[in-house]
Parts: sequence; structure tokens; C-alpha cells
Amino acid sequence: MTALAGSVAQAAAEAVPADGVFGLAWLLVALPLVGAAVLLLVGRRGDRWGHWLGVAAPGSSVLVALVLWIAMLGQPAGERVKDLGLGTWIRAGSFSVDAGLRIDPLSMTFVLLVTFVGTLIHVYSVAYMADDADRRRFFGYLNLFVAAMLLLVLADSYVLLFVGWEGVGLASYLLIGFWNHELPNAVAAKKAFVVNRIGDIGLIVAIMAMFTVFGTTNIGLVGGLADSAGEGWLTAIGLMLLLAACGKSAQFPLQGWLGDAMAGPTPVSALIHAATMVTAGVYLVVRSSPIYVGAPTAMLVVAIVGAITLLFGAIVGCAKDDIKKVLAASTISQIGYMMLAAGLGPIGYAFAIFHLITHGFFKAGLFLGAGSVMHGMGDQADMRRFGALARYMKITWVTMALGWLAIIGVPPFSGFWSKDRIVESAYAVQGGQGWQPWVFGTVALVGVGITAFYMSRLFFMTFHGSRRWDDGSGMVPGGPATGPVRHPHESSALMTWPMIVLAAGSAVLGGALAVGGAFTTWLQPMTGAIEHHDPVLPVPVIMVTTFGLIIAGAFLAWRQYAAAPVAVVAPRGSLLTRAARRDLYQDDVAEVALMRPGQYLTRSLVYGDRQVVDGTVSGVARAVAGTGELVRRLQNGYVRSYALTMALGVVVLAAVVLAVRI
Amino acid sequence: MNLTNYLVLASLLFTIGALTVLVRRNAIIVFMGVELMLNAANLVFVTFARIHGDLTGQVVAFFVMVVAAAEVVVGLAIIVAIYRTRRSASVDDVNLLRS
Repeated sequence: MTALAGSVAQAAAEAVPADGVFGLAWLLVALPLVGAAVLLLVGRRGDRWGHWLGVAAPGSSVLVALVLWIAMLGQPAGERVKDLGLGTWIRAGSFSVDAGLRIDPLSMTFVLLVTFVGTLIHVYSVAYMADDADRRRFFGYLNLFVAAMLLLVLADSYVLLFVGWEGVGLASYLLIGFWNHELPNAVAAKKAFVVNRIGDIGLIVAIMAMFTVFGTTNIGLVGGLADSAGEGWLTAIGLMLLLAACGKSAQFPLQGWLGDAMAGPTPVSALIHAATMVTAGVYLVVRSSPIYVGAPTAMLVVAIVGAITLLFGAIVGCAKDDIKKVLAASTISQIGYMMLAAGLGPIGYAFAIFHLITHGFFKAGLFLGAGSVMHGMGDQADMRRFGALARYMKITWVTMALGWLAIIGVPPFSGFWSKDRIVESAYAVQGGQGWQPWVFGTVALVGVGITAFYMSRLFFMTFHGSRRWDDGSGMVPGGPATGPVRHPHESSALMTWPMIVLAAGSAVLGGALAVGGAFTTWLQPMTGAIEHHDPVLPVPVIMVTTFGLIIAGAFLAWRQYAAAPVAVVAPRGSLLTRAARRDLYQDDVAEVALMRPGQYLTRSLVYGDRQVVDGTVSGVARAVAGTGELVRRLQNGYVRSYALTMALGVVVLAAVVLAVRI
Repeated sequence: MNLTNYLVLASLLFTIGALTVLVRRNAIIVFMGVELMLNAANLVFVTFARIHGDLTGQVVAFFVMVVAAAEVVVGLAIIVAIYRTRRSASVDDVNLLRS
């Protein structure tokens, strides 16, 4: 491991001050932030033009990002890491934190993904939210999210990153609960917020540990100093960062919130809970690679968490009937792949980010497609009441087909290029020594098969098979129809064009970036040169097995959900199906292990507070009041009683004087 | 004649005055009780002036009379004002500041 650390330190480029066009990088964050501020402050007056301003803000960020990207491509690899100082942020005695932006290939990759996919989803939302009275507020939140996400990926220190981290958490909370007049949505938003706070504790502790050990949280400086810290400290920081990543990226054991987060409007699910925010955890792990390189235990835990989550999400995805929940489970699983790749060490970093990019495209496309289907089917999400929709919404069908082929990893679509490399890397981890390559490689391989099954299930249940909704005739093939009458139709151009663009990305982006290792070379200043190890299995064997599993999974799904009739009401299913429907009892476990004891704890604390603390305070108050009540009786308003008091006082004084005399 | 008798008489007058103030409700009667106490005090002053052969006590008695005269003016004016507004001269009725 030490040899590896050395090679990475050599390969990582030194930061140079940002000059020229890179001095404008702050605009990336500022534009959407201004958009959000205007949209949220202008009030009802902005209802007529608010959504177009909402589209323009991230749209202009895309332009800035493209200009910066082209400028960066024109520079040699050694000068692509740039620091843009924004001045001192916190100064207290000897303690000071500088605010600044770090523009390098990694952050640039994220900026392009976030702004580009974000803008497409903004355009889609204009049509999707057209009937919503609060569309302007929705766009305000979306802009706030984009600004926070860009701050997160551009921050040059963990403290500033934390600001963006909390910003996306806030935007996510606001958007999940956007329709908070319905209780389940408000509860889902609260759940996401609370679970994310658990992860945030990890990030806060990690930041404090960095201040203690390194005296700074600047990403570049921490990377340079990581070698000097002991492995114990690095392991602790690495595990805390992993906790943070688990919260934000819905990784085991903090994955519970993402399924419920589908309560938000579908564009939110596409933008925040599939393409961008949930990948922040992967970004954090890859960004902190110097720490993990020095802490092999923490890195192993990252890989294990990724492997568990990968299988978890895939199994849950097989049993869900709600189209968005399947996609949510799939997101959990795919981010598990990224985490696994990030936990493999330097050989996996580039592929984690590569998969993140391709996933951002095809998952956003799939979500928008799901939104389009739901839009055409009267906001219904139950796949058991879909079927045979391909004829009615052709564009949605084609775009989702491309996304589906991409996610299950069929060559030459995007997902194949990224996922296949992750499987290969998993088989090559540790230089092919020990148990890790076998376990991680096999888990990744099995995951490919399950992914092919549940995504094909989603696709066939929605677009193929028999019609299971009432088209007005009152009949479906095989008997009388149940449920409301539907009039499926294709969505408007504002919705289909973003889907088409994303589908095109799902189809060709992976291949385009993989040609000649273009993407890995681009990321090299960040991840270091990739050391090539041979997998424990020959590469052709892996590829053939992968492909066989994809075919098998897809065929199984076709036989069960396209060739055979699908029940409108979910059958009872096997023990595993029932468990997967309930997210493998994640909520039940959390309820028994955490929620109930927590409730008892808070209740006993409340009781103690009321009885002891409040009791003391109000007891004192009551004593004072009682004394006052007693003394008040003396002030009865009768002149003669005052006179009597005075007379008695005189008598007492006289007695005292006489007593002293005698 | 024994001068102590004057002091006894003054004590009796003072006690009667004090009890009048304490037990009677009519403001006029209470006022008379106050006057009685003042005059009892005057009598004590004069008696001790005689006993000690010192005129200071008599001078003080005159001061007390002057002050008492002024007090009568103010006090009676207050009583008349209260009687006009509340149609009563009872000191127990003057309790607006209570509660």
C-alpha cells in the first residue's frame, strides 16, 4: 500500500492559481443562487415568468462550464488543477478558514454533469409542473439545489464543501416534501432529512479530526499532509467520511430514506435522487482518496458497504411494483457499484466516476421516462396497472429502451463501458491476492444479472405484455377491467426533448468517453495513473459471463412479465419477495433497534425535564408567588389596620429602646 | 399640685385618641382622635417644660398647634372631597388602590 501511495502522490498534480477565464468560476455557483433568491423572494408576481428564469439560471451555468472546460482542455495535464481564492471566510485568533473554489478535472466533470442534466430536467419540469400552482417556488428550490451542489463539488476545503453538503440536503428536503399538504410526503421529507443528519455527523467529526491532525481542511493541503498522519487517524477520518457518504448516497445502513424520497415530484427524483445529489457520497470518497490510500481498513469497509448495498438495492428492486420505487432501488444499487469501485483503491476511482457520469444520464432519462408514463396514465405509478404502453407513447418507449439497455450493460451502450470495467477491477483488486477479488468480483457479477432482471421487469411490465388498464371499453385481454379509465398519450415536446437528449447520452456517451481511455486520462491528475493488474479470471471469461447473465436476467423477465400474463394485484410471493417488498425489513429493523429505544429515551428525558428541571424552576416560582399571596393579606386597604401596624411598631420600638436602657 | 397627674391625664388622652383612630370608621371622628393625640402630646411638652423649668417645651407646643391647624385644613379638605365623590365619610370605603 505504501508503494501505491507514493505513486499516487507523484501523479497528483499541484494546484496552480486560477487565472484568466477560470477567475469566472464563481459565476457557476452565483447564477443559480441568484435565480433561487429572485424566485423565492419575488412572490406571486413572478408566477408568469418564474419558470423561464429558473431554466435560464442553470442554463447560463452550463455555458460558463463549457467555456471553462474548453479552456481546461487547452492546457497541459499538469496545470489543470486550479485554485480560485475567494478571501478569508472565518478568522478567529490563530484559527482561520479560507473560502475558495477548486477547479480540476474531477470537479469539472461534476460541474458539467450537474449543470447539463440539471438544465434538461429544468426544461422538463416546465411542462411537468405546468398545472402546479407553486411552479415558481419549485424552480426556486431546484435552482437552490443546483447552486448548493455546484458549491459542494467546487469547494476547495471540507468546511466549504460542508456548506454545499447541507445546502443540497435542505433542497432535497424541501423538494421531497414539495406536496407536503399530504402527510406521507411530509413524513418522507422528514425521514430523508433525519437520516441525512446522521451522515452529517460523520462529516462534522471528520472535519474536526482534520483540524486536529492537519490543522487545515483545504483539500489540496490535506492530500499533501495525509502521509504524515498516523494510520489510526486516517482510518478514523476515512470511516467518518464513509458515514457521511452513506447518509447522502443512501448506502447501507442508511439507505432507508431514498425509497420514500420518491414522494417528491418526478423531476426531483431524476435530478436529486438519481443523477446528482446522491452521488455526492461517491464524490466525497474519491475526493478524499489520499486519506483512504493511507487507511486500507477504511477503504476495505467502503468496498464492503458498496458490495452489500449493491445486492440490497438489486434485490429490493426485483420486488417493488411502484415504477419510481424500482428506479430508486436501482439507484441505491448502482451507487453501490460506484462505492465498491471507490473502495477498490486507485484502480477503481476513475471507473467509479465514469459509472457515476453514465448513470447520471441513463438514470435521469429513465426517471423522466417514468414521469412521462405517469403523466400519461393519470399520475399512476403501479406497474401492475400498466402494460402494452409502447404503442401509445412511442418516444417515451424508445428513450426508456435506450436507458434500459444502458443500465443493464448491453454493449455498446453507456452502462456497458462503465459497469464492465468495475466488474473487471473488482476481480483485480489487491493485485489479485487474497479473498477480496473473488468476493467483490462475484458480487459485482451477480449484481449485473439481478440488474438485468429487475430493469427488464420494469420495462416489460410498463411497455409490453397485456394491457392491464381500462381503455374505456371496460375490458382487458382476459376479462373485465378493474380500476379507473386511462387515456395514455405522449407527453409534450418540452418533456420529450430532454428525454431524447438524455437517451442519446445513455446510448453513446459511455463509448465516446471510453475510446482510447479518454476519460481515465482526463481524470489522471486527480486519481493518479491507473496501475494495471490482471484480474483473477481472464478478461474474456468475465465479459462472456457478464453478457450471459444479462441475457439470462432479461430473458427471465421477458418470460415472466411479457410472455405470461401479469396479475393486477400482487401475488403473495415467496418469503424473499415479501421481504424485498418491505425493503428487506429495513424500516422494521430501524424501528425496533433505533426508533423505539430513541422514543423511550426522549420520553424519559422529557419526563425528567418536566419533573426535575421544570419542577425546580416552577417550584421556586410557586414559593415566591405563595409568599407574595401571604404578604398581600397585610395590604388590606383599611386605614385603621395600617394605623394599628404603625402603633404596634411604635410600641415595639419603645420597648426596644427601654430594654436597651435598662 | 403634683405635676405627674398631668402626665397621667396626657397618657389617658393619647390612649383615647389612638383607640378612636383605630376603631372608629367615620373620618371626622378619626380626625378628632388624631387631634386628641396631638393635644395630649402638647400637654406632655408643657408639663415637662414646667418640670425642667425650660421654655423649649412650650415653644414646641406652639409649633405643634400651628402644624395641627394646617393639618386640620388639609385633612378636612380631603374628607370633604371624598364625601363629595363617594357620598360617604367612612375610611373603609376609601380602598380604590386595593385590587
